[in-house]
Parts: sequence; C-alpha cells; structure tokens
Amino acid sequence: MSTSGSAGGAANTPGSGRRAAKSGDAVGLLSERPAPRRLWADRMATAAMLAAVALALVPVILIFYYIAREGIGTMSWEFLTQPQPYSFRREGGGFVNGLIGTLIMVGIATAVAVPLGVLAAVYVVEYGKKGVLAQLIRFFSDVMTGVPSVFVGLFVYTAFVVPFGFGALMGAAALAVIMLPIVVRSTEEMLKLVPAEIKNASYALGAAKWQTVIRVVLPSALPGITTGVLLAVARAAGETAPLILTALGSLTVTTKLIGEPISALPLAIFDGARTPFAAGQARAWAGALELLVIVLVFTLLARVASSRSSISR
Amino acid sequence: MFGITTAVCGSVVLLVLAYMVLTTTNTALPVFRAEGISFVTGAEWIPSRGVFGILPFIYGTLVTSLIALLIAVPVSVGVSLYLTEIAPAWLRAPVAYAVDLLAAVPSVVYGLWGVFVLLPLFLQPAAEALSKVLGFLPFFAAPASGISYFGAGIVLAIMIIPIISALAREIFRAVPADDRYAAYALGSTRWEMIWRAVIPRSRAGLVGAIMLGLGRALGETIAVALLVGSRPSINASVVQPGYSMAAVIANQFQEATGDHIRALVGVGVVLFAITVLINMAARLLVWRMVAER
Amino acid sequence: MWLAGCGGDVTPAGGTATTVAPGATDTTDAGGGLLSARLNGAGATFPEPLYLEWIGEFVNGVQPGVAINYQGIGSGGGIQQLTQMTVDFGASDAPMKDEEIGAAEKASGARVLHIPTVLGAVAVAYNLPGVDGLKLDQETLAGIFLGTVTSWNDPALVALNPGLQLPSTAVSVVHRSDSSGTTSIFTGYLTKISSAWSDSVGAGKDVRWPVGIGGQGNDGVAAVIQQQEGSIGYVELSYATEAGLATADVRNKSGSFVAPSLASTSAAGAGVDFPADLRFSLTDSPAADAYPIVGATWILAFDTMSDPAKAEALRVFLAWALTEGAPLAEDLGYAPLPDSLRELALAKVAEVGSR
Repeated sequence: MSTSGSAGGAANTPGSGRRAAKSGDAVGLLSERPAPRRLWADRMATAAMLAAVALALVPVILIFYYIAREGIGTMSWEFLTQPQPYSFRREGGGFVNGLIGTLIMVGIATAVAVPLGVLAAVYVVEYGKKGVLAQLIRFFSDVMTGVPSVFVGLFVYTAFVVPFGFGALMGAAALAVIMLPIVVRSTEEMLKLVPAEIKNASYALGAAKWQTVIRVVLPSALPGITTGVLLAVARAAGETAPLILTALGSLTVTTKLIGEPISALPLAIFDGARTPFAAGQARAWAGALELLVIVLVFTLLARVASSRSSISR
Repeated sequence: MFGITTAVCGSVVLLVLAYMVLTTTNTALPVFRAEGISFVTGAEWIPSRGVFGILPFIYGTLVTSLIALLIAVPVSVGVSLYLTEIAPAWLRAPVAYAVDLLAAVPSVVYGLWGVFVLLPLFLQPAAEALSKVLGFLPFFAAPASGISYFGAGIVLAIMIIPIISALAREIFRAVPADDRYAAYALGSTRWEMIWRAVIPRSRAGLVGAIMLGLGRALGETIAVALLVGSRPSINASVVQPGYSMAAVIANQFQEATGDHIRALVGVGVVLFAITVLINMAARLLVWRMVAER
Repeated sequence: MWLAGCGGDVTPAGGTATTVAPGATDTTDAGGGLLSARLNGAGATFPEPLYLEWIGEFVNGVQPGVAINYQGIGSGGGIQQLTQMTVDFGASDAPMKDEEIGAAEKASGARVLHIPTVLGAVAVAYNLPGVDGLKLDQETLAGIFLGTVTSWNDPALVALNPGLQLPSTAVSVVHRSDSSGTTSIFTGYLTKISSAWSDSVGAGKDVRWPVGIGGQGNDGVAAVIQQQEGSIGYVELSYATEAGLATADVRNKSGSFVAPSLASTSAAGAGVDFPADLRFSLTDSPAADAYPIVGATWILAFDTMSDPAKAEALRVFLAWALTEGAPLAEDLGYAPLPDSLRELALAKVAEVGSR
C-alpha cells in the first residue's frame, strides 16, 4: 500500500511540473491568440470518445434488434409450451424441454447456493472478521468468481458425472458452484453496510448475537442480498459450457433429477446455432429471445431491489 | 451454534475450491506424467494416436484474448471517460445502462448472433479486407476467413467491453474532483486534464479492470467454440482458423475416451491455472487502488 | 419466492418416475403388447436425422409407452458411452475396432453386436453461388483436402469443369473437428485413391488435416459451409440436400462421374459378401453406377442388457426401423439395406437380450 502511494506521488510530481510549464505557455497564448494545436488535440480526443461510445452501442443495438426480429417470427404459444421436434429440420415445436431443464437446474442451484453463500458471508462479516479463515474465504471466493465456467463443468464431470451419469442434479451442482462465490461476495458487501448502531441497539435490548444476525442484520441487508442473488440467478440461467459436460441435453421433456440427460435453454440454443437447417435455426432465435427476456427480467428485478435498499450507499 | 454453522458454510467455499483442484488434477495426472513438459509445449494434438500437445490451444486462447483486449480496452476507456467527464448528465444513465446490458447477454446468444449476423455482416468482409490490404504481413496472410482468431476475438471484445467499462467508470469517478479543478485552474484543456489528472490517478485500477476482462476472455467457451474454427494448429495469421482451450473442452468432451478425457481435463487445469493467476493479480491491483482511496 | 415456487415444481416431479410413465400405464391397462421403457442412445451424427425421425414415428405411432432419447455426439462418443454403459445403445459410422470391442465387453460382461441400419453417401458439398454440378476426380479431390488446390480457378478444376465459370475465390476446406465415422468413411476413401493422402494423412475417425476449418458434427460442417463462401467440405448426403448445399459429382473407380443419390448409394452395396460380425467397408465400389464415397452406419448394442423391458423395447424398435422404417429412410436420402444384408441385420437384432 505504501509503495503504491509513493509510486502515485512519483507519477504525479513530474506531471504537475509539466502541467505548470505548459500552462504558463497557455496563459501566454490565451492572452494573444488561441492555441490551435492544443484545441485540436482536445477536439480529436472528444471525437475519439464519441466514436468509442458509438462502437460500444452498435453491438447493443444489433444484438437486441436481431434477436427481437428473428425471435418474434418463431415465438408463439406453441414454442413456449411444446418440446423440440425429433429433428432439427422439422418446423414447429418449441423449447419447453429446455425451459423446464433450466427452471429445475437453476432452481436447485439457487436453493443450494443461496443459503450456503449467505451464511458464509455472515461468517466472514460477523464472526470471522479479520481472522485467517475469514480472510481465506474472502480471497478465495473472489478467486472463484474468475474460474472459467467450463472448468467447473470439468470438475462436476470428474467428481459426479463419472460415477452417477448425466442429469439435472449434475447440472445444478455446476451452476451452484458458479453461483456460490457471487452470492458470498455480494452478500458480504451488503452486510458490511449494515450500521453498527442498529446492531448495538439490538444487543442493548439483550439479544444474542445469532438473534441479532437473524432478526436485525439480515433483514436490513435483505434488498441488497436479493440483488446479488438475482444477478447470480441471471448468470446461472445463461450458462452453457458447464451444462454440456453435466446435463448433456435432451430433446424430450424430463423431470428426473438423476441418471437421465436433461436439456436447458442455452443447450437448445447452442444446438440450434450449429445446425444448418432453417427450422432449427429459427427455434434457436426464438429460444435466444426467451432466454434473453428471462435474464433481463432478473437483471431488472435486481436493479429494482437495489434501488429499494434502505442502506444503499 | 449459529456461529459454527456459518463457519461450516464458509469453509464449504474453500472445500469446493480445493476439491475442484484436487479431483481435476488427479484425473489429468496420468497424462501430465506421460507427456511431461511437452503437454504444454507440444504443438501436436492427435487424440486417436494418444498425442496430446496443447500449445495450439494455449496459443489460440492467448491470441483471441489479446485481439479482444486490443479492441475492448480503448473502446471501454473511451466510453467510460465520455460518461464520467464529458457526457451531459441526462445522457449518462441511459448510455451506461445500454452498455451494461451487454453484460447480461448470455454467451450462447453472442455465439448465435455472431455466427448468423456478425459473420456475414462484418467478420467475413473485414477479414478479407484485412488480408487484401495487409496480406504481406504474416499476421494477415490469406486465405482469410471470418471464422478465425480474428472473428472470435471481435466477439470476445464485445463481451468484455461492459466488464471493463463498468469498472473503469467506477475508477474514474473515484478520482477526486479537486485534481480536476487543479488541472483546469492551470489552464488545461479538457483532454489535458483527463490525460494528466484522471489517467495517472487511475492507472493501477485500470490495469486491474483490464485483467478482469482478460480473465473473462480467457475462459469464454461457447462464443469462441462457434467462431474460432476448431482447428488444432498454430497459425501466425489471425484471419485463419484456430482453437482455444475452453472451446476444445466443450467440443471434444462427449466423444472422448480414456486418455483423451484426461488430456481435456488437463487442458482445463492449465486454463484454470492461467486464469486464477491473472485474476489474483487483478484483485491485488484493484484492492490496492481501493485502499488508496 | 421464486425459489420456493421452483422447489414445489421439482419435488412432485421427482416422485413420479418419468413424464411418459402415466401415459404408458394407461395404454398398458387398455390392452396387451404395448411396452413401457425409456432408452438412451448416443453416437454418430451421420444417421441422426433418420434416427430422430424413426424415433418420432415409432414413439408417436407404434409404441407410445416407449421414450427414446438419441444424442448425436459423434461415433467416437457413441462407442465411449456404450463402453462406459452410460447409454443403452451406441451408434457409429465405423465398426468398432477389436480393442474397442475388447474394452466394452470387459466392462459390461456382454457381447457387442454390430447392427447395420442404412447405407449413406458422404457428399462433397460446396458453397459457390452460381456454380452447380461441379465435377471432381480422385486426384483433385485429394488435392483440395491436402491443401494443394487453393483457388477455385485452379487449372485442374477448370480442366474438369469446362462448362462452369469458376471464380478466383480461395478454396476454404471444412472438415469435422470431432471424432467421426463420416470422417472415417471419407478419409478411408481418400486413402484408397490417393497415395499422397495415405502417405501424409491416412484414415481414421480423426486425422491431422493439412488445411481447413473444423466443424462440430455433420450439422456443424454443413453450417460452416453454408456460412462461408468459397468453402468445400464433406457431409452426409441428407445434410447437404436438406441444408440446400450444392454437391459435387465424384469420379468413381470405373471412371464415370456420379452424383450422390439414393440409387448410386444402393449401387455400392449390391453384390458384396458380408462378414459374420457385419463389420464391413463399402467405399470405392467397382460398380459402374456406384457413388464412390459410401458407408454403412451401425447401432451398437449388448447382447445382454440389464433391464429386460429395455432389451425388448430396443429389439422391437430396431426390427420396426429395419422393415417398416425403410420408406422413411428413403425419404430422407438414406439407402435402406439390400435384402440380403437386412436379413443378416435382423438376425443380429434378435440377439439383443437381457439377463
């Protein structure tokens, strides 16, 4: 920390020196005529930034435009309620096999990852604090958020699919591992924001620590925690790579949790993106629209939840 | 009692990570032993003959991620500077929200869109044009194809722009207003103020943000699998097909047998090691920046 | 809230065995002869379109109590999954090797059966707008995939196709990136007809391609060809026709240029002596009207399955597919087995049993 401070200082000092020299120039120039070269550089820089904004917005527009345009053509009640036909060349049918798979697997993953993640964050913030275990959990949950999701798939494959076969539980396990660190980190940030006064008030009323955590700390951090959970759900719902190695995919509807390959919306879209047949491609577009709407709803809910937060920054 | 429960839950995080590393490394161990260092230095990947050199995949992962950074970093920094320093207040929130929307798009949707929209619309013509104009350089040698390192890199760039720009926005915002006023007071133009006051203050944080974007690009699977060309060779020309670590795992896993599976798990272990190192370095940089504040 | 709702959906569903179970119970109560089983298969993508249609017809029209899930993951994957017994049947476009059979039989304690289902042509498909009816001889075909023929107006191509306006576009080769029986048929053919190919590349389910873009599965290759102008690759015929790709006429052993079709595929299978285990090759047939790149595709099953209901369902399905399913195969561009071979295949089907 100290080295970085001094490095920052070192970087600033010559900079300010140059600045002073040049601005001396500028004052002189300003008093007589404008500095065309410097103004030109300023305009060029502004133009470059505007160009960057345009470049960043073009894909946003292209993606949402094409998904809406291509997806709506095939979107129908049938698409939402029917499974895939037996062949990618056949028209009709839909992705309900994938939708059910996604709901089951994301649901189980959420049910596992959320309590685990929230309690882990409670430990880090309320119990472990500066202790070694808490620091380790904090650091490695950060590291875990950066683990490639396909590696999580490999892990679940070697640990669970090999002995038990492909299935919904395996896919859910992979998604839970992906969600867990996100929930831990976001919950931790929210718990830290709960003011000490509220906790002290609770203790003053004679509440034990666990009572304080459950009755006071968690409720007041709830909107923020909800935001983190919703973002984690949105992320899990869109994951494809780990499911290829764990859920495998299926054209039929199944609700079996184990020993039976199961589909998911992203898996069905992935297959459609690799098929040369117009009917399969059309379903993939409609599936992309369906998935995007689901993910955006959770993202939007997360925004709403965070704006409702009473202890937001 | 409740405290112990939370400690157990917390330890689960560590246990999962440890188990993850152990079980995958253990599975890949026979192949690591058999191939030795040539596992990462070998350029030949022929599963049917039991030859597993993963250098083409490491190379492809690095090249596609580098292309992504070359494009995404200037764009993200430009967008973030515009939003924090220049944009009128009423424009900031909508533009920021629109760019953030890119982060919500699942990677399979990027892949679908990349293959059916961006490939014919931009990637293929751009690859051909690059090769026509710069084809004398080995990096753009013909025959040019949109399904290539270049094509995958462009889509990766679009995917990491929201990640880098969201962090960069926070970092620029953290630069004290006083520094800005000081620069203006000395007669700086806006650009000089940005270049001399905002950028130097943000350098460490920016590097961290870029590395987090890099971490995401290295591990991205589906969009790359659809656009990189699935060719296990090392090619200097970025407009020709190649492969990446994540993509080869997703593509070949279901058909793999025995040592082939172990080798693919080994690819995953190497990918994991690279991304974790980069992420840890990035976290340290970002933490330092935050601590400085 | 959302979490609770979803948990509610999950628990009861996990309680009942499968989604098809209630329907199956009803029909069994109504009358005899109807089966209830759930089969999982995986493997070759070459016959996947046909298998999916067969399954659809069989499940919807013949045995509503049977559910069959087939995943096209490549022949190598089919053999692997069968060996690991994660599926009830595998499928492959190349017969299993002796050591693969050994491994599967050791793991399962049962004998592996090779049941050929249909013959198929591997078409050489290309994407050149305005160019139809491209002709290729053995040498040029090998040259394209060896990377020695690099542009579409290469003298060799122009000489073979005097009537066509060939552009100067670069030739972009597309091949399978996964382990594939289609690749095995195609490279097996190239190995037979080109010494340059057999010396430098050879035959197999995956080979070291001198040039080209990889595609995942037959559909992946067809998709890349469709997306990329100037590309050429090899796919199972029905993928080429259904995806609207142009296919080349290939010169066969007797010297005539033959387009891939049902008739030219069947022609390759006529008058062949088949070995007892039904592991055979049909490429580079000497018949005058035979398309040269033809292969069979096999269902792989064990003669002793653990679940009698599954064994019976598989037997009934395969027997139905080989006989009543034949017209459906023709509709999709697969050549049904010649009569002599069908009898041999049905005999193998009868060997599928259980403990």
